[in-house]
Amino acid sequence: MTVDPGRWYPIASSSDLPLRHVFHGQLWGREMAVWRADDGHVNVWENRCLHRGVRLSIGLNEGRELRCLYHGWRYANRTAGCTYIPAHPADAPARTICNNTYPAVEAHGLIWSALDPTEDFREHTLLAGADALTLRPIPVNAPLALVATHARNYRFSQTGAGDAEIRIMAEAEDFFELNASLSDTTATLLLFIQPVDAGRSILRGVLTASPDATMPILRHHNQAMSALRDRVEAEAAMLDAPEPIAVSFSPVDEELAQMPARARSGPKAELRVTVARKRDLATDIAGFRLEAVTGQLPTFQPGAHIDVHLPNGLSRQYSLTNAPGETDHYAIGVKREPKSRGGSACLHEIVQQGDVLAISAPRNNFPLRRDALNTILVAGGIGITPMLAMAQTLEAQSLPFELHCFAQSEAHLGFEEILGRLAGAVTTHLGLDPKATGRTLAEILKTRGEEEHLYICGPGPMLETARGIADRNGWPDDAVHFEYFKNTNEIDDSSAFEVALARSALTLQVPAGRTILEVLHENGVEMPSSCEQGACGTCLATVIDGDPDHQDVYLSPGERAAGKSIITCVSRCKSKRLVLDI
Amino acid sequence: MTQSCNDPVILNEWHPLTSIDEITQGLVHDTVLLEQPVSYAMDDAGALHVWHRTPAQPVHAPHDPAKAGNALPARSEHGYLWTCVGEPTEDLFPVPELLEADRQNVPTGVFGVNVSAGRAIENFLDMGHFPFVHTGILGEEPHTEVKEYDVEVSESRDEILATRCRFYQPKAALASEGGADVEYVYRVPHINCALLYKSSPGYEAEGRMDVIYMFLQPMTREWTRAHTGMCVIDLENSYQGIRYFQQVIFGQDKPILENQFPKQLPLDTRAETPIRADKSAIAYRRWLSRKGLTYGVIPAAA
Repeated sequence: MTVDPGRWYPIASSSDLPLRHVFHGQLWGREMAVWRADDGHVNVWENRCLHRGVRLSIGLNEGRELRCLYHGWRYANRTAGCTYIPAHPADAPARTICNNTYPAVEAHGLIWSALDPTEDFREHTLLAGADALTLRPIPVNAPLALVATHARNYRFSQTGAGDAEIRIMAEAEDFFELNASLSDTTATLLLFIQPVDAGRSILRGVLTASPDATMPILRHHNQAMSALRDRVEAEAAMLDAPEPIAVSFSPVDEELAQMPARARSGPKAELRVTVARKRDLATDIAGFRLEAVTGQLPTFQPGAHIDVHLPNGLSRQYSLTNAPGETDHYAIGVKREPKSRGGSACLHEIVQQGDVLAISAPRNNFPLRRDALNTILVAGGIGITPMLAMAQTLEAQSLPFELHCFAQSEAHLGFEEILGRLAGAVTTHLGLDPKATGRTLAEILKTRGEEEHLYICGPGPMLETARGIADRNGWPDDAVHFEYFKNTNEIDDSSAFEVALARSALTLQVPAGRTILEVLHENGVEMPSSCEQGACGTCLATVIDGDPDHQDVYLSPGERAAGKSIITCVSRCKSKRLVLDI
Repeated sequence: MTQSCNDPVILNEWHPLTSIDEITQGLVHDTVLLEQPVSYAMDDAGALHVWHRTPAQPVHAPHDPAKAGNALPARSEHGYLWTCVGEPTEDLFPVPELLEADRQNVPTGVFGVNVSAGRAIENFLDMGHFPFVHTGILGEEPHTEVKEYDVEVSESRDEILATRCRFYQPKAALASEGGADVEYVYRVPHINCALLYKSSPGYEAEGRMDVIYMFLQPMTREWTRAHTGMCVIDLENSYQGIRYFQQVIFGQDKPILENQFPKQLPLDTRAETPIRADKSAIAYRRWLSRKGLTYGVIPAAA
């Protein structure tokens, strides 16, 4: 038996995918986990969690994500990328952890897939625009070739009665187009044979026209195909069992098997997206829906941001506001900064619906733990954007949280749709001056509940206030997570020092006026970066020796004090020599 | 599928067949070890006998292996009957706790499971699945974090040791209401046997721990019998209670294990995706690779 990886076959009926179910399909010996997300998208994945090989067909379809039953790893609708690893709640999973997927097309009550298609799925010409009727699939314990020799003699009639004349109008090794004519009427049946594995097949029939009364016809075919099955299986039982099809498993990414997380230099613009929709979300806030020009956008997690490269040459970071499983687009909200240096003004004024932009893949330096007993999200102004992604994630998992939104006014708040869905958990604090904001924050952060975690994003002064209050009220450092819009510290780049790269066996001089990151890039050392002003944390490096001079706003006081990490785009060194684990 | 096992690494190991408790004196018991039909019996004098059963020989038939010349070695250790179908090269690993006078060794049952022995050992070493598979017993969401722990392969004793393992358990002690972190130590002294040490309620101060063990009898590459037991300091719970507890736990693991794919343990580092929490499993796979094991595993491509 020759496996035809390039060919499309029906592998399930649409009716096999009721709400929140995962169906176990099989094609040429390969098992498939087939599931429909709440947005209607059908996913066909290799039936094995890449972590420990547990079948995903026993996993949980949570509507937006599929959860593995063994360790609770979550995989996103469409991308199959891992969005959360419960064993390491503080970490964002490596972007490349992704289950193997197969293509999926739903047409005429059937789900079609192929192991490695050589061309796009093409609908049968007789089914285009047809009011077709999909028959009940009939599994047969026999190889495809044997099923085909009997299927070509399949007999039926349009009404289920009478002795119709059967003509084979077209055929292939796994397909027959049969016409049944009786007096002056003709019914056309397309009969597909799905090769399950070496010794098993499934007959899947589609009538090109749906009769007025479907039940007698469905029953007629069910009986006729069951009889066909009996004949085929009787013959198959006389033959030797065929050799099973050897199933090979493709190895995971080498990088993933070793688990180093980072690589590649500089801000990246590896994706092209179209502005599918631009609209005003609030006073001075424009919302953008970005869709891939081709292919599938990579997986994101709550807290992730993208670099948007603008037509004027600038690059800016924006948090994704997407809910989990919303994997057909990226949503960002952009506030027009009164003192815009050309970033937000360009997005507001120049970029229009239909434009193509270059963006980076999402990067997550603000990961959300999901092992807290309660989560407090505090958003100031446009700092609401990462909080929306977080809140929708917590909501989808029924985890307790509260979202506090500080804004100038109702009109400045925006995002009514999402906030409306989260209403029960949202408190808005409108039009407060800095003093009143401080008092409100003091109230919110008065005491820390058991295993409670705090996430804050907003303007610098508000963050400073909130962090100060949390610290005074006994919130431990590792329970307070924050993200600054930008680094407002005045950077002192007057020092000069030496940087030794332990793993690369390289020693470089950083003169006054240049950053560690620049020197690394000039010398061909790969180091990813994004905001390049000490706010996002992308260019973090591990310090082995030396006394870092922290000038960023990304590291927490505890992390600063520990001296084990440094943000290379702004921070420097107080000692003469800094040894980094690069 | 009849296939023979010709991997000396596993053939020369001792493997358990049954707990001594469960042998009915005078009766012939039949089982399978590494694809080979094997029978055992305890004679009237209490001596243990193990022998190769030939296909022609009816099951449960009385037999004199000494006369027939098909005897296999039989030894009683740790409360179990062990045999070896190859050339035993090393002695069986010690479990000093089993010799302590104030402890009771409670065999908690044998479970057939349609998976390779290696997959079952890895599951035994794994803490990350507690909240999802043993919900409300050994773990509970949202307490899902696997904290850093240490793993070493002891050169002198040729065994894997995972220490400083801590995991949140909803009812950590009988006396306490709430949950707390429980400390575990895992030991893999044999390719198909693993033990875990868990703080014993009331004996924490003395540093004495309860011992839970799993000795595996690989019948074929993909079928394993798991002999489980507990060695507790004082029997506060009834014998039945302990057996019931272990049966619940294994009953929860079994459907997961039987849905692992491939069923044999892949040793190639790129076969699956390890995370930090899987340190002990990574060490176990490397250890098996170094030993050159080929039976019940998918060896790494050279």
